[in-house]
Amino acid sequence: MSTPALKDWPLWEVFVRSKQGLEHKHCGSLHAADAAQALRLARDVYTRRQEGVSIWVVPSAAITASNPDDKAELFDPAADKIYRHPSFYDLPDDLGNM
Amino acid sequence: MYTQAMDIPDPAQPAPATPDLADPAQLARFEAVLSGGGRIEAQDWMPAAYRKTLLRQISQHAHSEIVGMLPEGNWISRAPSLKRKAILIAKVQDEGGHGLYLYGAAETLGARRADLIDALLAGRAKYSSIFNYPTLGWADVGVIGWLVDGAAIMNQIPLCRCSYGPYARAMIRICKEESFHQRQGYEALLVMMRGTGAQRRMVQDAVDRWWWKCLAMFGPPDADSEHGAQSMRWGIKRMGNDELRQKFIDATVPQAQILGVTLPDPQLKWNDERGHYDHGPIDWEEFRSTLAGDGPCNRERIATRAEAHENGRWVREAALAHARKQQQRAQGAGT
Repeated sequence: MSTPALKDWPLWEVFVRSKQGLEHKHCGSLHAADAAQALRLARDVYTRRQEGVSIWVVPSAAITASNPDDKAELFDPAADKIYRHPSFYDLPDDLGNM
Repeated sequence: MYTQAMDIPDPAQPAPATPDLADPAQLARFEAVLSGGGRIEAQDWMPAAYRKTLLRQISQHAHSEIVGMLPEGNWISRAPSLKRKAILIAKVQDEGGHGLYLYGAAETLGARRADLIDALLAGRAKYSSIFNYPTLGWADVGVIGWLVDGAAIMNQIPLCRCSYGPYARAMIRICKEESFHQRQGYEALLVMMRGTGAQRRMVQDAVDRWWWKCLAMFGPPDADSEHGAQSMRWGIKRMGNDELRQKFIDATVPQAQILGVTLPDPQLKWNDERGHYDHGPIDWEEFRSTLAGDGPCNRERIATRAEAHENGRWVREAALAHARKQQQRAQGAGT
């Protein structure tokens, strides 16, 4: 990340894995001067009650997000493809679980 | 909560000003989301007034958490035992954390953290009037947990359903932590009430001084509330001031009985017809003058915050200098 004129501490997004076997989940953001400090602060701000076993921090500016105006274009096409779901298929009851 | 850095204006590249006159189609979409009970997220279009109202409320809420660390912080060094000291440190640290979650939520609306802090330290920002009263004895710390945090929880639980996603998510996290605050306060008072007569008198004295101020925390009656109706319409507020205040009183009276203290209101009595407790009139003049800056501790609180901020300056600058040096070294190694 290029930070030519840092006036304030930059913003970081924090992701916490709550326990082994689960994914890291976004839980908030914080300001820190660098990645190491962001990790230390995330530990104090977001895991005071054993909420996590692992933390990721990502510079917020490094995240590319989809545009909310594109919501329909991006996500609506999936709405009419109900054959992607198992419940679309009618099968005889005596087949049991499939 | 707040993956919204892309929304935070870069001073080098000012974002184009959002036109105040809304595109009717956007406004209709916004209204439809609200009336369907949906949530607005940071990048979604929202009316300028909705953004402004939220920003005011969330930043005031954040400031309240930060200033709220001070009255109790005064007792960390004087807590009666190591156990109580550890509990109090944890609680004050939680309040700091809550302030950070909320500043984060405010930043998703385009505010800069440094500007929010500047506004607080310059005395331009408002925060909860309750923190402008002194904590005169150890029982005050217990009463703050029981009554002040109890009132805060009543206020905050409906905010978990606020129409603005980042605020609602911050509130869910806060409410989870806040319940420990109320329970530790009540328990500390129970211990004192089982102690000597002097200890019981200390608890009663603290209750007498804080009770009315806690009732005022819910804000003026709905009829006089400046922003109330619009905020309800927008789903920023979910319940009115009077309704929340009544809920708090109804919940607190039995707790006071179990504790063995008297709430200082001779008009406080059960009304069978309404199914609620009636209470005496609240002194709104005092509330307004405290909010306006003339409470017993307003100046002291801001001066303490300003001094702490100034004392931390070298840490902030040193951390930045270190980060820059590391960056330059990494770049040097790369070429």
